[in-house]
Amino acid sequence: MTAQPIEQSVPKRRRLAVVASKGTLDQAYPPLILASTAASLGWEAGIYFTFYGLDILHRKRYQKLKVASLANPSGPVQLPNLLGAIPGATAAATKVMRKWMKDARMPDVDEFIDMAQGMGVRFFACSTTMGVMGVDESDLIPGCDIAGAAAFLDYAADADVQLFV
Amino acid sequence: MTQTTSTQVQVTETLDCSGLLCPLPVYKAGVVLNRLASGEVLELIATDPGSLEDVPAMARQRGDTVLSVIDEGTAHRFLIRKGTA
Repeated sequence: MTAQPIEQSVPKRRRLAVVASKGTLDQAYPPLILASTAASLGWEAGIYFTFYGLDILHRKRYQKLKVASLANPSGPVQLPNLLGAIPGATAAATKVMRKWMKDARMPDVDEFIDMAQGMGVRFFACSTTMGVMGVDESDLIPGCDIAGAAAFLDYAADADVQLFV
Repeated sequence: MTQTTSTQVQVTETLDCSGLLCPLPVYKAGVVLNRLASGEVLELIATDPGSLEDVPAMARQRGDTVLSVIDEGTAHRFLIRKGTA
């Protein structure tokens, strides 16, 4: 005789699992926007920050994310690629994007981090990235779960939407 | 878009998201709706053109009900009743 599991009447919450693999200012927004929106819909949401994406959780780097001026044809400063490499071009592109965001009354990355965490979005910090790039747990903003690929896949396997940024 | 009048609905709280882009109207509405009791009504004003699709989608996902959508030109006024979830 085996005990039958009790039927759960509570509907399962939907879940979003996002991989954030890019560490530029423009690519930091989509995972944070999608996850905080999912949480606003009542979903569970988690972001796995891996490779350069881990900079979004790095307390010394997340407020200094930049926009690439080289090999970024859609970037805020329209320059021939060769000129995109000159000193100051990245800073100029970053400045323009920050102004765009501010003028549109969009929150900064750090505000989006607070909004997401305040809504219960889980932040997973890729343990391999930490090892490869020499990032210590004390380098990360509070409230991150250090996890490897298996742990994130276990989380993502129960997600209704899985995205890679 | 169906437009209905809602003179008989008691609004519990009003949230003006004029000038804010996605995801802020949905995010801010979510914060308020989480706080409201089941059956209470949020009046949300949004100018983001995406809100016409976003707000009903949000309500559907949350289990809340959009009672009415009033198009006031650039602004849209939504009445959202919090569900039981």
